[in-house]
This record gives sequence, structure tokens and C-alpha cells, in this order.
Amino acid sequence: MYGNDFGAPEEASGGGLLGEVEAAEAALREAAARQRRRVPASDDDLAGFFAEIVEADQKIEPRDWMPEAYRKTLIRQIAQHAHSEIIGMQPEGNWISRAPSLKRKAILLAKVQDEAGHGLYLYAAAETLGISRDELVDLLLNGRQKYSSIFNYPTLTWADVGAIGWLVDGAAIVNQVPLCRCSYGPYARAMIRICKEESFHQRQGYEILHTLAHGTPAQKAMAQDALDRWWYPSLAMFGPPDGESTHSTQSMAWKIKRFSNDELRQRFVDMCVQQAEILGLTIPDPDLRWNDERQAYDFTQPDYDELMRVIKGDGPCNRQRMAHRRQAHADGAWVREAAAAYAAKRAVEKKEKVAA
Amino acid sequence: MTDPSPLWEVFVRARRGLSHTHVGSLHAPDAELALRNARDLYTRRQEGVSIWVVPASAITASSPDEKDAFFDPAADKVYRHPTFYEVPDGVAHL
Repeated sequence: MYGNDFGAPEEASGGGLLGEVEAAEAALREAAARQRRRVPASDDDLAGFFAEIVEADQKIEPRDWMPEAYRKTLIRQIAQHAHSEIIGMQPEGNWISRAPSLKRKAILLAKVQDEAGHGLYLYAAAETLGISRDELVDLLLNGRQKYSSIFNYPTLTWADVGAIGWLVDGAAIVNQVPLCRCSYGPYARAMIRICKEESFHQRQGYEILHTLAHGTPAQKAMAQDALDRWWYPSLAMFGPPDGESTHSTQSMAWKIKRFSNDELRQRFVDMCVQQAEILGLTIPDPDLRWNDERQAYDFTQPDYDELMRVIKGDGPCNRQRMAHRRQAHADGAWVREAAAAYAAKRAVEKKEKVAA
Repeated sequence: MTDPSPLWEVFVRARRGLSHTHVGSLHAPDAELALRNARDLYTRRQEGVSIWVVPASAITASSPDEKDAFFDPAADKVYRHPTFYEVPDGVAHL
């Protein structure tokens, strides 16, 4: 639906992304108020109670009993999501100092700051599952937890900042809107907050490409080149095809995940086609065409071997991204230490004042 | 040794007249920094006119395991609700 909302922003709040997020939020409140069909037989039936809550589309909260595998799956997923937001600041941060105008620069700064904020909301949600912030940071820095493969591709031109907003944030939104209905309360609430903020990200990217695509021939070529390079990596963001996806079935049963990788990928393609037409750019897929029978577009799948290589650490920028993050973490150590020392000093001063 | 950057729970009042609502949590070395971090993290779009930060360790929560026993005493007192009482026809302003 939000394929159409660029031309008619006044209708944006009613439908589209924000409409879906608001519907998820309303469903959360409605489910919270709803009576469950039956009460589990006894207080000992913890698994029954858990199943009942999930079945009723209500939320599991931090202190509720939950299967150990559910807790582990959520920690892995939320942490990877948080890491992606943090690492995701790098490709765009690359262009802050070279944005073409003060306005673009201010917008990009605000967007990158949002990504940091999203990372922090998500780390806080993961911590409610009993893992500490320091452990999460270590898991990223020593490579034991991953982040989205898309951020291992370089941003070579200003148009790439537009392509990231339109395609990468667009794909992320398609992935994330269903997560607003996830069965784990803190994650669902964090996702509602994040999705509300994401709509600006996608629009600013689309606007950058729209401006370039209607500029000089060289600017239009730059926009097309960005689309050519980001299209397939964006399709790969939805993960391996359903047959090869390792975590999907159980996650669907637990209502952590609500749609399969292939369903979401299809939804994304169907949205992008018309958006690309309005840009006047060509999606780099000669086999892309409407299938009347399926009421969806046929398209070429991304190279999943490439996806696996990038996930395993062999993408164009994996080493650079991790080296930068380690350096940034090490460079920030003195700030954390100074803040703690200052807080300790102030606590002592306060105590002395009280004693005197 | 105490945690150099403990967890704080953040509550934001969206507008004058509304109550503070829990929005999330964050880490900070002391209350003042927690407040400033909360402003930067949770009110980037003017979501609030007032913020509370509370050390997470200072919150005592009821246990979900004892939820039933804890809240049960209120369950059989339907007479606390006005709908418990039948109002005779024709009685206004009651």
C-alpha cells in the first residue's frame, strides 16, 4: 500500500505502514483486554499457560515462565537485530560529511541517530531475557553473533544513501511490521516504536533517488547504478528460501515470526515495482513480470550462495565493519570510565554534604 | 563492586494531564546522566514534557507465579462495581 503514498502524503497516516503499525498496537491492547478461553488446570502447568497466552495472541512478559529454546531464540534474534542497527550506522555514516547540502546532512544525521536509538531499544528488550549488555556487545565483537548481511556492502556514491533508505529500510519494514505482533511483549513494543520511526527513513531515501532520477543524465545514471547494486542484496535480506530456513517453523509456532521468508520477499517485490516505475528507474531483472494467475510478480531470486558467503564473513566490507566497531568500542572506553568516575565522585560529595 | 552503569527504567509523560508511562530502559552511571540519556533516546521527536528515571534495582515487582493468590482477594467483591446494583426504572441522576 505504501507504494502509492509518495504522491499523496496527506493520506499516509490512514493506511500504509503506519496504519499497519497502529493496527498491531490496537490488536495488542485488544488482546490484552480479552479473556482467555480456559484457565490452565493447575499452577504447575507452566507450559500449558505459555501455550495458552501465545494461542490467545497475548504477550509473554519477562518474568513469565517460557521454554528455554524460546528464550534462546529470542535472545539470538533480538540481539542480531540490535547489532544490525548499530553496524547499520556505518554505511550511511560514511556520507554524513559529504552530504550534498546542509538539509540532507541534517536529515542523514537524524536518521543515523535513529539507528543508534533503535539498537538501544532492542538491546534493552534483549536484556529483559536475562543477558547483560556487556555480554551482548562481546558476542558481536568476537563474531559469535551476526548482523544483517546487507551492511557488508559498500556505499560508493550519494545515491547509495537513497537506495539504502528506499530498498534496505523498505525491506526491513516489510520484515519488521509483522514483528509488532510478536508474542514477546518487550520485543513487540520496541518494534512498534521502531516502525513508527522507520517511515521517515524509507521516504527520505525514496526522495533522494527521486531527485537524482529527475536530475541530470549523470545523476539519473548514478541512481540507476545504485539500484543495480542494491536490488539483489536487498532481496537476500529476507534470508534463505523457505525450504532451507533453519529457524522458521518453530518461530512461526511460537508467533515470534508471522510470515515465511519467501512470503515477505514476494510482498517486497510487489511493492517495489510500481515505486521504481515512478522513479523512472529499471529494476535489474529481465525476468520480472506480472503473473496474472498468482496475482504477484515473478522475479529472479538473489544469489543465495553469495548470501551464505557474506554471512560467513566474506562480503566486501565484513572486516572493515567489524574493525570499525571494535575501534569505536575501544575508543569509547574512556568516556564510559569517566562517566562512572564522575558519578562516583558526585556520590561521595553528596554524602559529605549530608554529613556536614 | 557495584555496576558502573546500572539499568534505569524510563517513564515519559506525553502531554500535560497524562500520566507518566513506561517506555523502556537504559544504562547510565547516575540519575542525572540517566535523565539526559533518556531525553536523547526516548524523546527525539518531542514525545514528552516530563521524564522519570528509576533505578531498575529499586523496583519491587509482584511475582507472576503468585499472581492468582495475590490478586484473588479482589475477585469475589463484585459489589465494588456500580453495575452490581440494580437501579429501579425511572430513577435519574444515579
